[in-house]
Amino acid sequence: MADYKALIAQLTAVAATPGKSVAAVIKETGKEAFGCFPLHTPEELVYAAGYIPVGMWGGRTEIKLADKYLQGFCCTIIKANIEMGLNGTYKDLKGVIIPCICDTLKCVSEDWIYACPQIPVIPIAYPMQRKIDGAIEYMVEEFRHVQAKLEEISGRKITDEQIEAAFAIYEDYRQAMREFVEVAADYPLTIDAKTRHLIIKAAYFMDKAKYTAIVKDIIAELKQLPKEEAKIKVVVSGLVSEPVEVLDILTENGIAIVADDLSQASRKFRTPARAEGTALEKMAGIIADQKGDTFLYEPEKYKGSMLIDQYKAKKADGIIYFQMKFCDPEEFDFPIVKKEMEEAGIPLLYLEVDQQIDSFEQLRTRIQSFAEIL
Amino acid sequence: MGEERKSSKQLLAELQAKHYADAQQAKAEGKPVAWSASIAMQEILEAMDIAVVYPENHAAAIGARKESMEFINNAEGRGYSTDICSYARVNIGYSDIKHAEAQDIPLPDFVFCCDNLCNTVLKWYENLAKDLNIPMVLVNTPFVYDDEVPERSVKYMRKEFDHVIRQLEEITGKKMDPKRLEEVMETSNEAAKWWKAAYSTAVKNPSPLSGFDMFNYMAAAVTMRGKKETVELFRTWHDELKERGEAGMGPWKPGEDEKYRVLWDGIACWTNLSTTFKTLKKYGVNVVCSTYPDIWNLRYGSNDLDGLVKAYAEHYANRSIKFSVDKMSALAEEFQLDGILYHSNRSCKLMDFRQYEIQRQVEARTGIPYVSFDGDQTDPRIFSDAQYETRIQALVEVMENKKNAKGGK
Repeated sequence: MADYKALIAQLTAVAATPGKSVAAVIKETGKEAFGCFPLHTPEELVYAAGYIPVGMWGGRTEIKLADKYLQGFCCTIIKANIEMGLNGTYKDLKGVIIPCICDTLKCVSEDWIYACPQIPVIPIAYPMQRKIDGAIEYMVEEFRHVQAKLEEISGRKITDEQIEAAFAIYEDYRQAMREFVEVAADYPLTIDAKTRHLIIKAAYFMDKAKYTAIVKDIIAELKQLPKEEAKIKVVVSGLVSEPVEVLDILTENGIAIVADDLSQASRKFRTPARAEGTALEKMAGIIADQKGDTFLYEPEKYKGSMLIDQYKAKKADGIIYFQMKFCDPEEFDFPIVKKEMEEAGIPLLYLEVDQQIDSFEQLRTRIQSFAEIL
Repeated sequence: MGEERKSSKQLLAELQAKHYADAQQAKAEGKPVAWSASIAMQEILEAMDIAVVYPENHAAAIGARKESMEFINNAEGRGYSTDICSYARVNIGYSDIKHAEAQDIPLPDFVFCCDNLCNTVLKWYENLAKDLNIPMVLVNTPFVYDDEVPERSVKYMRKEFDHVIRQLEEITGKKMDPKRLEEVMETSNEAAKWWKAAYSTAVKNPSPLSGFDMFNYMAAAVTMRGKKETVELFRTWHDELKERGEAGMGPWKPGEDEKYRVLWDGIACWTNLSTTFKTLKKYGVNVVCSTYPDIWNLRYGSNDLDGLVKAYAEHYANRSIKFSVDKMSALAEEFQLDGILYHSNRSCKLMDFRQYEIQRQVEARTGIPYVSFDGDQTDPRIFSDAQYETRIQALVEVMENKKNAKGGK
């Protein structure tokens, strides 16, 4: 019987030290690592190509070299990625996939070619008209293009069987994660805000099959325990819920995260695959069927109503909007969400964050005041 | 006989007035009005006789009239970040305030978007559609990271094109007439041809065209490419410029010489038009070309729908750094540039986040000096007169030195 505390500690340690974790997985599996920028990156193809897909979600680093490519008003996650490409942190990556999903990422998929010529880049462009006839076909062809590039870089052919197998591993992962976030909501003290975040984030730096097995064990163990109650329960929305210091401040104030709408977390795994089709068609289907995602075209803008549904289902006390500084797609969604929360009478806290913050006093005060009104 | 011909300036003013009056009238008659992104497939709207207003153009007019802050404040008061494109903030503010001294426009019955310019218009129009509870019509043009628009994109965009027509038929209750579409495509091609011919007169040294005039005429390229009158406007403008050129006239009044020829990269600073223009002119610097106007040189074959969707996907805002560098280097040669002026436009991340690399590569390839200045298309809080002037002085000094080294002009 595995000790859930040890398993949790294992995953949180992986997420806390990505560099070390990736080195370990390379050593353990004998596979090479391939970088995956956000968002909705087809990791299955990278996995099928025999690489370890590594999530690239920025990190704390001193921005010096990236100023040569990007102005001061660039999303810090993406700027940190360029910085770490330039300063050698990513030297072991055999390549990177960059989805051209927002204006910043379109540019950075281009800048990377010149900034980090030693690490080949594979761009990918998603169909924004996701629902029309032709969108799935386009997406599948775009995946095939990525596949061909991966084959070129690795020198290995990727078979459809390998893609199907990789997809099955990822589906298993996504399903496990959907269950994990449900179960974690019942144990908000054991799985506090930071622990929840780190457990989910660890998936980006491990072999997915191995990671999923651990998460399943954690779920099974947690279910044996008596349920816990948090003082204050919130639903969070945004790109990521970082920096982690903010999550510690939430915990200090008795606030637990009981559901999320984060690109790094639930947006990645909340949409089940369709029953029919090839793996690539199902991958395209997940993009087409995703609801309420900031980065995928949706004139109905379901995000607000989905947050309200999550808030009600989890009997939450409020919603926290993690606004990653200079992420304009998220900034565009905020006024709409704000209005909907006001109309629904749901407390909403807007936190503008970036990964390089070093003083948390202002955020602490805002979180404290929010906790007091709840 | 020709004496009675109107000048292009008169034609432009009349057409602009008519453009807005038509939209107001359509609204009054209960016909649907669209708000459209600036490089969307107007051919479809024109062929279906749908009145259109262009928020980017309208925001620019509000900016030029120096009243953008009222609208920006409204949007920011509703939760829009200062980080967001100022055209979006001005327009979203207008959708609430509904009146501007510069120009009033009717509120839309649907929004018409093409994201070939940026992802920002897509998010902006989503918000308009949601806020105003109206339909959104979108043509998505996947980013062209390779050298060519791939076949899979063309196929997908054609499917979108058909989808858009069905959507519009539903909104208007009218059927699309393919014959009419063909005609509008012909007209649009013709207008684009004369648009390019007119601004290309600046190739002549000295240029008969002042670049800031080009920014004015661009309004017609944006808002009325599909109309016969626009062909006439651009042809007239072209003929006037050609005549000026043949008479050896420069961009300005006699005696005001064009000493340096520069490219302006990016959108104009509409809120600081006069300063940006006068400072350049003071030093004899003429903007002879820009990366921008060529975007509306949208060309395709007769009734070639594949060509049409491709044309909308393959302009420089939706292309690679390599494409931009090739393009600017070609312009440098064609227009005999002395320098390049980069507007680091706080509103436009899509242009900004490639600009540094483009600057380095274009300089390495052409040897042409450049400067960059901070500004914004319609948020007046970013631009600084002092910084701008200092940068222009620096550029002029380098251009002057280069000229002297070459032994004069």
